[in-house]
Amino acid sequence: MNYKNKTCEIDVLIVGGGTAGCFCALTLAENSGLKVIIAEKANIKRSGCLAAGINAINAYINPGETPESFVEYVKNDSEQVIREDLVYSIAKKLNKTTEKIEQLGLPFLKDDHGNYVQRGKRSIKINGENIKPILAGAIEKKPSITVINKLNIVDYLVKDNKIIGAYGFSIEDRELIAIYARHTVCATGGTSGLYKPNNPNLSRHKMWYSPFNTGAGYAMGIRAGAEMTSFEMRFIALRCKDTIAPTGTIAHGVKVPQINSKGEEYIHKYGKPSTHMRLYATVQENKAGNGPCYLKTKGISKDQQEELFKAYLNMAPSHTLKWLENNSGPASENIEIEGTEPYITGGHSACGYWVDINRKTTLKNLYAIGDVAGGSPKKYVTGCFAEGEIAALSIIKEFKHDRTEKLTEQELKEKFSGITKFLENSKNTCSINLIEKTLQETMDKFAGGISEHYEYSKNRLELAKSELKTLFELTNGLKAGNFHELMLIYEIIDRLYVGKVLIEHLLARQETRWRCYQENTDFPKKDDKNWLKYVNSKYENGEIKIIVRNLVKKDENYEHSN
Amino acid sequence: MSIQIDKNKCISCGKCGNVCPGNLIYNDLQGKAFIKYPEDCWDCTACIKECPAQAIKLYLEEGIGGKGGYLYTSQERKDCLIWHMVDKFGKEKVISINRKVSNAY
Repeated sequence: MNYKNKTCEIDVLIVGGGTAGCFCALTLAENSGLKVIIAEKANIKRSGCLAAGINAINAYINPGETPESFVEYVKNDSEQVIREDLVYSIAKKLNKTTEKIEQLGLPFLKDDHGNYVQRGKRSIKINGENIKPILAGAIEKKPSITVINKLNIVDYLVKDNKIIGAYGFSIEDRELIAIYARHTVCATGGTSGLYKPNNPNLSRHKMWYSPFNTGAGYAMGIRAGAEMTSFEMRFIALRCKDTIAPTGTIAHGVKVPQINSKGEEYIHKYGKPSTHMRLYATVQENKAGNGPCYLKTKGISKDQQEELFKAYLNMAPSHTLKWLENNSGPASENIEIEGTEPYITGGHSACGYWVDINRKTTLKNLYAIGDVAGGSPKKYVTGCFAEGEIAALSIIKEFKHDRTEKLTEQELKEKFSGITKFLENSKNTCSINLIEKTLQETMDKFAGGISEHYEYSKNRLELAKSELKTLFELTNGLKAGNFHELMLIYEIIDRLYVGKVLIEHLLARQETRWRCYQENTDFPKKDDKNWLKYVNSKYENGEIKIIVRNLVKKDENYEHSN
Repeated sequence: MSIQIDKNKCISCGKCGNVCPGNLIYNDLQGKAFIKYPEDCWDCTACIKECPAQAIKLYLEEGIGGKGGYLYTSQERKDCLIWHMVDKFGKEKVISINRKVSNAY
């Protein structure tokens, strides 16, 4: 069968119109005449991690702090294995990007002197409910930016080891699209849906990270042979039970302690209270029979409670609904907390593309920013903005108006038929749901999911590896009944690629560097002598090759050389 | 349980389907919106805020604390988002939030 198709040409293609992608496009529009396309799977008005809103700006240099002290904090919290040069380049831009989003219309809480009001050491108070419409509104005003919504990009276009654009299909228009670009920026976000989630069945997407971020950017890079880093540093959040709503608003905003079921404050028993140790402490209390654990909110004032109702409506509205329809609230009941399933996301941990100081990947003409860019944990929203700006400024500096390279018509036709084969498969040999469920069960049991208290070992990982191989084969027989199902098929294939690389990274790091994130029971101790290193990887001829690299320091400004 | 769209209230404007981050909402043969993949809903409420007819409600499933109540929003002035939380007995709590004012926490 023939499907509609079209090709177009542009100066810069940004894949993904979330936090990082939108800011990158705005920077390009404000500092150059370059023509930009944002290819967005849903609609930039509410797509990506910020669909429901955010509760604070969590990366900001408050008075008394410096970009240098920010780097030290991230380094210590992440057990030393970070790209200091990348984190430093972000830290120096955090306050400027914060001012920029305020100018665009995001409301900030200010004191009598007009200064931002601090929430925690590195965070400030905002109303983040409308942040995506604000960004989308700013983009709409820029004539040099074209947004293509409902366009699901499936892979890069590659010629002579150079990225020359990307291709995919429009879910709405049922059309195949190839976009040739002189520079391509990957900003698709991280990966959820790899592991069995906290809630089953109809609530399976009641998760913290966006369930629509399914690792497309990582998978496209893996398939094209990009070097990836630190996938083994998974991210697991500590969240409110059931609704998986954030806890920071209460822990930092109202400043209440975490207690176990006996009413004891337990965090200090486990050493320094870094992000992963607060999670580890909670998991250990549950294992020891001291759970469930809570945020001790009982006894806060009615006014505080009313403000929390509002704060949750502005980022995780279902939690306020839960309180109110149960005739309850944080003033009368402590909030039960639990760990989520593991996610792969470079906005919180260090996993992602191995990039240089300008966010160039190891593939020519391809940049990576935001949650897909590795090496710089805790970048959050303002750090994603910073990376969008860094990549944009580098593109402007290096841009040459040379001829756009293209595939031959036959080559492009083959790419498109790789997509349409799923529409043409005569019948389903296996369901998308079954593959997804099996992947999540497998990762949960054999690669350190919730049911295993996040612990893994070599023997179990080998079982996961062999199961994933079977699942890969099953994807060939999937049938898409419509373009939405076509999207779901690519989402599952992408997650299988991410899972495959993740397993190799978990195997390669023969120590336990981060509690829960990377809990290797074969090597249960941290080994600074041998493992103050990055675990990187490259996918070549169907095999994943592990590359161990030395740490990059703050002022090194790393550029790719080998 | 995700969202429910009231066909009688739906004015077929297509805004909900347009903005859904998961592309989960489609139109039926009469042009009315319906959620085709309810189990994939993230509960982000993007569609609810977008709906000019208050036709969409958010429910929580029983297993995660739902008791048959629901939530929807309306808009009074340009910058004022009004949240309506209704319990299973029909008792409503209304919280009005000025989008231009920061959270206290």
